[in-house]
Amino acid sequence: MTLRRRFSDALYVRPLFLLLLLLIPPLLWLGIIYLGSLFNLMLYSFYSLNDFTGQVEYRFSLSAFQQLFSSPANVDIVLRTTGMALVVTLACIGIGFPTAYYIAFYTKGSARTFWYLMVLLPLWSSYLIKVYAWRLILAGEGVISWFFNLLGLGWLLQGILSVPVIGGSSLSNSYLGMFLVFTYIWLPYMILPIIAALERVPKSLIQASSDLGARPGQTFRRVIWPLAIPGVAAGSIFTFSLTLGDYIIPQVVGQPGFFIGQMVFIQQGTAGNLPLAAAFSVVPVVIIAIYLLIVRRLGAFNAL
Amino acid sequence: MQEEREPVAPTTQVAVLLNQLSCHFGQVKAVDAVDLEVLPGEFFSMLGPSGSGKTTCLRLIGGFEQPTSGRIVLFGEDASRLPPYARDVNTVFQDYALFPHMNVRDNVAYALMVRGLPKPERHKRAEEMLELVKLSGFGNRRPGQLSGGQRQRVALARSLINKPRLLLLDEPLGALDLKLREEMQIELKALQRQLGITFIYVTHDQGEALSMSDRVAVFNLGKIEQLDSPKQLYEYPKTEFVARFVGSANVLDGRLIGLRAGKYALRPERIYIQAGSQNGTNSLSGTLLDIHYLGSQTRYEVQVGGERLTAVTSSEEQSLQIGNAVTLRWESSFLRPLQEVS
Repeated sequence: MTLRRRFSDALYVRPLFLLLLLLIPPLLWLGIIYLGSLFNLMLYSFYSLNDFTGQVEYRFSLSAFQQLFSSPANVDIVLRTTGMALVVTLACIGIGFPTAYYIAFYTKGSARTFWYLMVLLPLWSSYLIKVYAWRLILAGEGVISWFFNLLGLGWLLQGILSVPVIGGSSLSNSYLGMFLVFTYIWLPYMILPIIAALERVPKSLIQASSDLGARPGQTFRRVIWPLAIPGVAAGSIFTFSLTLGDYIIPQVVGQPGFFIGQMVFIQQGTAGNLPLAAAFSVVPVVIIAIYLLIVRRLGAFNAL
Repeated sequence: MQEEREPVAPTTQVAVLLNQLSCHFGQVKAVDAVDLEVLPGEFFSMLGPSGSGKTTCLRLIGGFEQPTSGRIVLFGEDASRLPPYARDVNTVFQDYALFPHMNVRDNVAYALMVRGLPKPERHKRAEEMLELVKLSGFGNRRPGQLSGGQRQRVALARSLINKPRLLLLDEPLGALDLKLREEMQIELKALQRQLGITFIYVTHDQGEALSMSDRVAVFNLGKIEQLDSPKQLYEYPKTEFVARFVGSANVLDGRLIGLRAGKYALRPERIYIQAGSQNGTNSLSGTLLDIHYLGSQTRYEVQVGGERLTAVTSSEEQSLQIGNAVTLRWESSFLRPLQEVS
């Protein structure tokens, strides 16, 4: 009996050993590199920075969180980022759901492949290139502004841009522009999980609902939407947390005014305040955890 | 022999009237100019192999497919273009189609909920329906926690809660094992008698159709080949397709047995088999190919010229040996002439 044969036989009669072999690489990766660094990050948020020496003091302290929440500017940053993440998520649901609905229920075969490709295609090109391209598109001399002027609707764009908070000197210098870029960049991450959820809804459920007297609106509310919620929840976790953590888009498009991701970047880099950077990055983790609890409370995962 | 009928005006005397109903999917004529009347309170079966159009026909009545042409009249009302939710018809789906995110009670009460009935009323009636299908106390469970037979009952309860005048059943027992299926057949039939609702029952199982139905329509290639009572259907099949699909049948060429040309059906249990080769009228001799012992019956495969015939006896004939010559006999009154299909 050759060694290889003996090895396969041994694996066959000891399936647990085979499972262990399979799981060692992901366990090492997830356990040490992924969860380990996340834990380390959390740990750092409970250390403090010695203002005098500029060194991290490895003792339990809440001073990083105190620093984070006692400064109105920092609270602003958290609120601004969370607000943006929320609006972007809602917009992604608004655009992504009908798209996913169409793909899941109205296409099949090669047409479906085509639509999948259309959703995935933007992911093939570099994130940075897309963001900078959007900056040009949204610029005062950019194609959107040109198009509005072409239609004689330049006044409309100016009107929108003069709205406080969301407006600015041009789309590329406004929160509205930033919102557009965020929505564009994260949209595929919303569409794909919703398609996956809707594809699992048997057509017969929709027919049964109709058969039992439900009008299309009722069928949607009582059957399709509840069964799609796990997909919407998964997608919104993507869009929400990606927006919360992003530090490139707020830098390239929009008004001055920091986002959480930028603060993490600045605090751990130039400022060298690792505990504060860690405290900032714990915020999205907590927000997502709260969000998941709420979603679960609402019964979103009952269908799973 | 077609029965003479008055040209049918839409009256309430007929539960379902299909008038030249067609449904084409591209080149495929799934349902091809079907005319049909189902009477109120009838247990009506649509029987046929897969792809024969029986399910499409049912789905047209339910409103899940749109007819290409023709008319569907339900209880005197033209429903050809009505959506499913506007028809006084309910359906038991083949996969049961229970809502996985609701418990059994909410599933059963779904039709009441969409009508806006208050919760206590809904729950009370759902409990009554669950009692009817012998599932009292299962209201809080999820469909995923039930067995196939229990899900089937929930689907039945759900479709009956609105007291429809017509219930459509799309191979409802197809996913159950044999024993459970036989039990459910008896229960379904009893339930139908008790409630007095018209049932239209789609199945590919001829035994099921024969045992439960008042009348059976045999579908083939989108058309009804024969519509009769189970007994008529079995005893007097009109075409070769029906003869072979409903039960099994030997189809004989008339010239082979000294009759005029054309095909004749002969049921295996109408054939007597004996050893040896003897000639005579109403008999054929051939070679015994195989013996299948089936418990209550024994089946014999016999090669007669180019044909292979089957005979069935209730007791095993000890004298017969595979490979030997045998003679098959029958009474001429059991030969059924078959129509040539155009």
